[in-house]
Amino acid sequence: MGIPGDEILSRVATGDGHGENTSYFDGWKAYDNDPFHPIHNPNGVIQMGLAENQLCLELMQDWITKNPQASICTKEGVSEFKAIANFQDYHGLPDFRKAIAKFMEKARGGRARFDPERIVMSGGATGAQETIAFCLANPGDAFLIPTPYYPAFDRDFRWRTGVQLLPIRCHSHDNFKITEAELAAAYRKASDSKIRVKGILITNPSNPLGTTMDRETLRTLVRFANEERIHLVCDEIFSGTVFDGPEFVSVAEILQEDPSICDGDLIHIVYSLSKDLGVPGFRVGIIYSYNDAVVSCARRMSSFGLVSTQTQRLLASMLGDDDFTTDLLAESRRRLLHRHRAFTAGLEGVGIRCLKSNAGLFCWMSLKPLLKDATAEGEVKLWRVIVDEVKLNISPGSSFHCTEPGWFRACFANMDEETMETALRRIRTFVRRANEAATAAKTKKRWDTALRLSLPRRLEELTVLTPRLMSPRSPLVQAAT
Amino acid sequence: MPQQLLSRKAACNTHGQDSSYFLGWQEYEKNPYDPKTNPTGIIQMGLAENQLSFDLIESWLESHPDATGLRRDGVLVFRELGLFQDYHGLPEFKKALADFMGESRPNTVKFDPHKLVLTAGATSANETLIFCLAEPGEAFLLPTPYYPGFDRDLKWRTGAEIVPVRCSSSNGFRITKAALEKAHRRARKLHLRVKGVLMTNPSNPLGTTMTRVELDTLIDFVVAKDIHLISDEVYSGTNFDSPGFISVMEAIQGRKNVAHRVHLVYSLSKDLGLPGFRVGAIYSNNETVVAAATKMSSFGLVSSQTQYLLSALLSDKEFRRSYIVENRRRIKERHDLLVRGLERTGISCLNSNAGLFCWVDMRHLLKSNTFDGEMELWKTMVYQVGLNISPGSSCHCDEPGWFRVCFANMSAETLELAIQRLDDFVVSCHGHKVICNSGCRMQSCMPKWILTLPSSDRMLER
Repeated sequence: MGIPGDEILSRVATGDGHGENTSYFDGWKAYDNDPFHPIHNPNGVIQMGLAENQLCLELMQDWITKNPQASICTKEGVSEFKAIANFQDYHGLPDFRKAIAKFMEKARGGRARFDPERIVMSGGATGAQETIAFCLANPGDAFLIPTPYYPAFDRDFRWRTGVQLLPIRCHSHDNFKITEAELAAAYRKASDSKIRVKGILITNPSNPLGTTMDRETLRTLVRFANEERIHLVCDEIFSGTVFDGPEFVSVAEILQEDPSICDGDLIHIVYSLSKDLGVPGFRVGIIYSYNDAVVSCARRMSSFGLVSTQTQRLLASMLGDDDFTTDLLAESRRRLLHRHRAFTAGLEGVGIRCLKSNAGLFCWMSLKPLLKDATAEGEVKLWRVIVDEVKLNISPGSSFHCTEPGWFRACFANMDEETMETALRRIRTFVRRANEAATAAKTKKRWDTALRLSLPRRLEELTVLTPRLMSPRSPLVQAAT
Repeated sequence: MPQQLLSRKAACNTHGQDSSYFLGWQEYEKNPYDPKTNPTGIIQMGLAENQLSFDLIESWLESHPDATGLRRDGVLVFRELGLFQDYHGLPEFKKALADFMGESRPNTVKFDPHKLVLTAGATSANETLIFCLAEPGEAFLLPTPYYPGFDRDLKWRTGAEIVPVRCSSSNGFRITKAALEKAHRRARKLHLRVKGVLMTNPSNPLGTTMTRVELDTLIDFVVAKDIHLISDEVYSGTNFDSPGFISVMEAIQGRKNVAHRVHLVYSLSKDLGLPGFRVGAIYSNNETVVAAATKMSSFGLVSSQTQYLLSALLSDKEFRRSYIVENRRRIKERHDLLVRGLERTGISCLNSNAGLFCWVDMRHLLKSNTFDGEMELWKTMVYQVGLNISPGSSCHCDEPGWFRVCFANMSAETLELAIQRLDDFVVSCHGHKVICNSGCRMQSCMPKWILTLPSSDRMLER
């Protein structure tokens, strides 16, 4: 007789491919166990590991109040209820596709054109990435991806698809830009290992860097893809969060400006409303491909993750309101710029440097001066101190596959201004104390600081500071970013 | 463009949508019936939708402005909902859904919301379960005839295989131990490791609920083989007549070594008629399956806006109870209308007590007792009679001549018209050896190319 348990489940179900046993999610658990609240729990952990955009939700809320007909449930809109509730065509509501195409154009300042017929729905960008992987690659094939990158790509792109992600190393001395040399090296390394590279996956604007890709680098990638006849998947989920110059350049513009640069069949864009509009709960993922066969295949696969027609209807109406979206994008950018400036200035005040960024909902900051050891372990130790003692859930660079220890991603758009000030105060206090301790230690015993082989004084310290790798109970209580 | 540029999954036909069936869909799309603007168009009877009870939901909405206006106690909850993407789902919604499921199964089973995983429709639920339970190349046994969409949902991206459990009209298409064993042997011969059985109860396309004997047979079988049992119960709320529906969760009560291997799939697309909202669920007593499926649901979560609306709707006990009763009454009425109408035309149906369709016996109308004959008859139905009904071969039925005919996705008038058209057709062909000649609706003969289309690999939507 069989024994109840894991033996009768698949490897996919019982393995770690979901990626939730990593430090990225560990910090969330710490937050879940002790969440900050200005009144009820002022000493709780502040969530800075969640790239949500909460800055403009009330503008949308306002719009919904003034536009009851956009909902199929209000008396103004209920006449549409039956048709909408019954509609399950995976092409999606035509108005919805048109509105999304228009919004994507607007987020790119009208510099790119999008054809509504190429808009394919998916279960969030999460679903979009997985679907694209299923369409473009077989199990065992690989995509190259510049580091550092969004940790959940390991799940989205690889878990159920069996596709691999191989890094293109980027370095701080280049401001983490992708260089031709590293790109070629990554490609060569894969070929030497007899791994078939099917494409490159980039995020532009970048998560976690918060930078937009310059035109030249983008053109280099596009040309490389064309030469090697591999795909280029561009996750442009943060395209509407570009709050400062330089201007965002979408891969769509590259193709438009110079169609001969690349076979369009190789270019695909992933998009979502989770960041630009701040509505991850609505599960609106989009695949936009210039390859007809991919559009067709992805559309069939979208049966596994269509957008609720109730939501399609609401958004078709909201995003179809031209004046509203113009104002929303402008105001969102203004608020992001303001928040970004306040946060980075606060960090600079205590000598913490951030990578110069112009987009995204986060900063990529260097805490190298605070590392006892300039190693991955040193980074993790520092991170645990920040989570457990400073009570800030920021995300360690190693969870983003960053090759240089000491970098951390801190999100700033998922909280109000007061909470951000509280976070900055805690950082200031921590840095001051760390500097004082460092100075004190230096005068006492030189060998104790910044030596690669230095060990904690007590063994217990090491145990306490090592991240617990446990089965997550609910790591994604808030989000998957 | 060379096929190798894309994956094998993209280039293959396992999604099943290249089949000749789609001719019927396409023909319907080109020429859809409308009582005013296109009275001679094709009537869509290949779509198992429930359009009978929207007004019940609409009137609930009209009297509950808070839920509809995204308010809780007068306060707007848009912000909260917009941000809510926890794959555990909205607790109020899961509780309401669990209660609704319990009441649809005449309260014989109590569903625990913590064992529910929300997915983007039953389509996603079924695929997710297969990802959890089978490796690529492993197989599930499915009793025939079965919903053609399973070929896509269970096999396409998972790489799993389906081995049919052949059921026959000789015993009303009931599942027997012999048929299960035969299928299992066949899988072994094909070197396929069987990981489970997947059944649909109530059955699509048969419209019958499984008997206690069948359920016990299935449960005994999966225990003996140490495999899983997936019960797709999306039609559980459409059981309009006796015998009453018995859920697999009821059938396993009191049995040992079974709870961890039995999983249920549900959806609101049929019972509530809300396919657009993409609300599916997996229910399992196996914690590992629930945990894995929950993580996988990230690829297809239910919109928080929709969860919120439906949690309000389904939390209303009074609404739940009255909806279930009235919905069933209307389905029965419509079912009876079709069955009686077909009887008058000399066409019989499998005796059914659930579902949104009838499994119709048109064997006596076949020119030849073959699947080619079935295809020919089907094309006649689509092009001459103007009815898009679904051929049994697309449901992997072993015997030619059976068709699934839906009745709940149109008005009573349209259904009457469909019956009338069928009647006219049968009368006009009565006594003629060859169908599709003079006396039929269309003047021209069918073009040769229609008759030469491949007869394999048909599929259709529920």
